[in-house]
Amino acid sequence: MKRAYLALESWFNISFGTHWNPMYHLGSLTFLLFWIILVTGLYLFGFFHGSIDGAYDSVEYITHDQWYAAGVMRSLHRYASDAAIITILMHLFKELASGRYHGARWFSWVSGLPTLWLVVTLGITGYWLVWDELAQYVAIGSARLLDTLPIFSGSMASNFLQGQMTDRFFILIEFLHLLGQPLILFFLLWLHVKRLSNVNINPPRGLAIGCFLALLALSFIKPAVSHAPANLSSMPTVLELDWFYLNAYPLMDYWSEGKTWMLATAITVILMLLPMLPTKKGAPAAVVDLAHCNGCELCFDDCPFEAISVQARTDGRKFEKEVVVDPALCASCGICMGSCPSSNPFGQSNEELKTGIDMPSLPVDKVRTLTEQAVAAMTGSANVLLIGCEHGFNVKQLDNNETGSVKLICSGMIPPSLVEYALKKGADGVMIVGCRHNDCFYRFGNLWLDKRFSGERKPILRSRADRRRIKVFGGAETDKKLIEKELEVFRHELLAITEQTDRPEQAEIKESPDV
Amino acid sequence: MFNSQNKFIRYALQAINYAVFIALIGYFSTSPSYRQLAEDEAIITISISHAGELKELCQRRSQEELMALPPNMRAPMECSRERSPVIIEVLLDGQPMYSHKAEAPGLYKDSGIDIYHTLKVSAGSHHLAIKMDDSVLKEGFTHHFSQDVEIAPAEILLIGFESGRGFVIR
Repeated sequence: MKRAYLALESWFNISFGTHWNPMYHLGSLTFLLFWIILVTGLYLFGFFHGSIDGAYDSVEYITHDQWYAAGVMRSLHRYASDAAIITILMHLFKELASGRYHGARWFSWVSGLPTLWLVVTLGITGYWLVWDELAQYVAIGSARLLDTLPIFSGSMASNFLQGQMTDRFFILIEFLHLLGQPLILFFLLWLHVKRLSNVNINPPRGLAIGCFLALLALSFIKPAVSHAPANLSSMPTVLELDWFYLNAYPLMDYWSEGKTWMLATAITVILMLLPMLPTKKGAPAAVVDLAHCNGCELCFDDCPFEAISVQARTDGRKFEKEVVVDPALCASCGICMGSCPSSNPFGQSNEELKTGIDMPSLPVDKVRTLTEQAVAAMTGSANVLLIGCEHGFNVKQLDNNETGSVKLICSGMIPPSLVEYALKKGADGVMIVGCRHNDCFYRFGNLWLDKRFSGERKPILRSRADRRRIKVFGGAETDKKLIEKELEVFRHELLAITEQTDRPEQAEIKESPDV
Repeated sequence: MFNSQNKFIRYALQAINYAVFIALIGYFSTSPSYRQLAEDEAIITISISHAGELKELCQRRSQEELMALPPNMRAPMECSRERSPVIIEVLLDGQPMYSHKAEAPGLYKDSGIDIYHTLKVSAGSHHLAIKMDDSVLKEGFTHHFSQDVEIAPAEILLIGFESGRGFVIR
């Protein structure tokens, strides 16, 4: 499954580049679609009559009489809703395929599933409001499904017999679709991202415009239209179903209401229990060492999972604040270690290197030692130290006499000074191979690394560092050939530099785009 | 590498992706169409809300029994709350199409039952027979209905039950 995801991701990287790749913005794209649905829905509400006798005619007016505005809005409303199902399912597939659902992420995963359910029911009540043959089918089918549950007394389906239907029921559905469900959806979305920091709900402008224009084009090519008006004395025979939302209804016709419920419940429960399945034992949470922490809050700013908080100093030292790690929220990514200014390998060279916030599974002192050993082991003419991460390409595969490697938890764990340290210790170049750009397993590792190297985010890579000898390349486990090719290009560049007179501070970091 | 390729190619590839995206949405938002009923089929819907008869007859309390009760509870009749289950059978052209026994719901089994069921049948002329037993105190079925019906394709023929009128066909 992961390979399928990586292949899809590669295709979108080829088409859109890493900045606009829709696979990296599935959540924010869904938010964009919700905005389109909300705005178009509000416009449509202005022309809609919420009654059995008035609903269909008002939708016909919207569709045909005012096709140029309300009709387009209706189509956009429908197609954005369909697109939202695609983006949500792709989002689910991505997180599942890349294993981003357990550990500290369980909460977002579990809270996402009811959100999907709610979106589906929101679509169903939307189809109900048109009160055409499809609405009739959906209304009776939904009532039959609800009648199977031991919740309601009486038969809800009997409300849809000829002469039984009242406006009261219709108004209830209108209330649900226009207010009740959207409010619950808003709450669930808040809950879904509650344990994440720096949540971006806006996709890149180019992608947002492209997506909107595509849906607008579809609205003109194939405007959304209604079926014949609902008629409770006859059964619609042929229906043009929206399979994104209404796929359970034919299943119910051929199977049964009970079995349909069982299937949907089983899929949901299995998905919800996934984070609880035993996995490789996670690394222990980050640990704060107040003796080396000055309360600068850089780790607090960088933590992608809101696991770090700031509080008043408790150890009596002169600093105002200190940071605290919540082990239950910590994903053990080590990004905080990379952001701590104390993680400087140049300091305390003859003793154990200590930092303000460290990873017990891979402390900064061990990182320094591994770096020294990898550099010392290289004997080639253009020695390159590869620094990789656990979830990207395994850099150990490329070890040889002129290529050494250090594998960290995340590329965001790299203190910029470590790169300078490796160069000072004898490496001719340092190539950082983290996850594909914008697709860090820990959300922001490679993004923060880029910003630190470009001086936009502390701790920065000092200007005196020779950028020509530093390369950043994002690659997944399937990108070995590309990484080897990039490595060879880099090595040739290093050889050319060696042949020239060294003139640091001239060139930029070689930022290789990615796959 | 991929970020630096020709912009024209990039936009062309994006256009292809967007075209696939809207083609997927455009198709699956209405297709494939779903046939719920064959052209010559119709529906019989049975929708009945009815309370079965009391399971036991009320008993008149003797004077001694009344005197043994607190003054505010001396009702002359003692009635059980439990109701009989309702059994219904539907036959079309002499063939059993639906048979169901509905136990009275509620903690004391004292509530009315609700039956909602649909049957797909071939359109045309049929002989419809319905039987219902709503009392354990009487032998056999307590309500009967029999009638020739004509059902048009896709029509919903509704079988209801009204106390006092018996079965109602709409």
